Amino acid sequence: MNTVLAPGKLTIWTRIFDVFWRRPGLVIFLLLLPPLLWLGVIYVGSLFTLLLQSFFSIDEFSGLVRYEFTLKTYKELLSPANFDVILRTILMACAVTICAAIIAFPIAYYAARYARGRMKALFYLGVMLPLWSSYLVKIYAWKLILAKEGIINWIVQITGTDFLLNSILSIPVIGGNSLSISYIGTFIVLLYVWLPFMILPVQAALERIPDNLLHASDDLGAEPGQTLRLITIPLALPGVIAGSIFTFSLTLGDFIVPQIIGSSRRFIGQAVYAHQGTAGNIPLAAAFAVVPIVVMAIYLIMAKRQGAFDAL
Amino acid sequence: MHSERRSSLLLKISAIAGLLFLHLPILLIFIYAFTTEDKSYQFPPPGLTLKWLAVTWNRPDVWDALGLSLRVATVSTLFAIVLGTLCAAAVSKSKFFGREAISLLVILPIALPGIITGISLRSAFNILDIPFSTFTIILGHATFCIVVVYNNAIARFRRISGSLIEASYDLGASAFQTFRYILLPNLGTALLAGGMLAFALSFDEVIVTTFTAGQQQTLPIWMLEELVRPRQRPVTNVVAMVVVLVTFLPILGAYYLTRDGNIDQKQTTKATNR
Repeated sequence: MNTVLAPGKLTIWTRIFDVFWRRPGLVIFLLLLPPLLWLGVIYVGSLFTLLLQSFFSIDEFSGLVRYEFTLKTYKELLSPANFDVILRTILMACAVTICAAIIAFPIAYYAARYARGRMKALFYLGVMLPLWSSYLVKIYAWKLILAKEGIINWIVQITGTDFLLNSILSIPVIGGNSLSISYIGTFIVLLYVWLPFMILPVQAALERIPDNLLHASDDLGAEPGQTLRLITIPLALPGVIAGSIFTFSLTLGDFIVPQIIGSSRRFIGQAVYAHQGTAGNIPLAAAFAVVPIVVMAIYLIMAKRQGAFDAL
Repeated sequence: MHSERRSSLLLKISAIAGLLFLHLPILLIFIYAFTTEDKSYQFPPPGLTLKWLAVTWNRPDVWDALGLSLRVATVSTLFAIVLGTLCAAAVSKSKFFGREAISLLVILPIALPGIITGISLRSAFNILDIPFSTFTIILGHATFCIVVVYNNAIARFRRISGSLIEASYDLGASAFQTFRYILLPNLGTALLAGGMLAFALSFDEVIVTTFTAGQQQTLPIWMLEELVRPRQRPVTNVVAMVVVLVTFLPILGAYYLTRDGNIDQKQTTKATNR
């Protein structure tokens, strides 16, 4: 800086800042006040009202909410039909998470241990751009791909592999008339949308593995496969778990993907949306919303034990 | 690692295949924006045309939605920058009781699925009889954008050494001068990057918005409607392409502003509220 600044004048402000300088606790309090008020009142306050509503119930005759404490709504939540929704969502979240980990690992491994310089930047942006690009556009792209007259069917026809596609679609439960209205379709799109969230933490974890550990394993006579299985993967596990927090949580709450690509059977997000909207059953919607909170809480506790938070 | 820095072919192929899987679907959008087919999603396109760009340009509903999205994103970003920076300043400044809890509180709106944030806000608005408006959309957006700015700012605060500020005081600068000439220049790019990401996040957000928007349409809400009940496919194709281009710019910008430092800070930021 070339300019010489005028020395600070001893004004009332200077004196106020002197007080702040001597009492850092006060500064922190004042700094935190606005964000804590915002998050505390708007976010936590709303979350609390939601939780509260799940302990009310709906009157079967009038269809109005009865404001008295009851566990009736939770009993309804565990009825077979609703429990199916929960189970289906959790299974889908598990499948998406596991598959994301498998696809993410080679990308992360290459980016962390081989890519250098420009290549590294390319890999980084190659993950960041899809991560940040529009969620709806991504879903829209898959709607185009999976459509009857879309690119998948076109490829299948010109390569003459329609028998393969048909046999995949004829698998009971997860198959269907076409990819866009089957669980397979829902699964592919969810996997696509959330995969980048898995890659980055795994890459970060792999980057932290010291080279000399791998060299030592090599020097001691381990095959590359053994090194991968016994050294690399266990050390990368916290990263995988950190990534799985995102893929799992995001899949649990998604209601747009299954609505646009998938069968008519509901997921938790859709149930919340439907119950609070047309059905007007806010207590049941609230109870459904509690499920991901509880599942994620359990998941986070388990993840913390595995040391995943250090990898975030 | 027998061969020091050489990857196996299999690893290379699966890494590249993975990246292609991430990128090809988005590229497809660009082809569809120029297709002459307007009734179905036919591939390959029977012909290419620029017609739909003009058609989309003359659509008032698209412009209205775009305008609302830009307004919401701008105001939410400003709120997020102020609140996120304050929070980061406090948390980085010292170790005080409960700072873990504050980090958790900031991250919570994106760690929990967006539908929970959305329905919570909606039920709170209902109970308090707050009518849906642009303001309610902004309330929701600013809440989950705070974390983006917070993550960027806290990484930068950690890199600014405290002795720099003390030196400034020792040399006779006032608190304002210290803020203006020491803190702000050091913090600037991080806040700009955080702000850009917050803007991209808000511009693209749909789940929380469906619960807090009432009758108003942001661009993502407009797109969602088209996805559920396609009426004007060609216009949707063009809008999708524009959205891809518009969101890429702030992301690339944020990357270039922060690439030398806090690269791994950003992955947490877009657990975006889904």
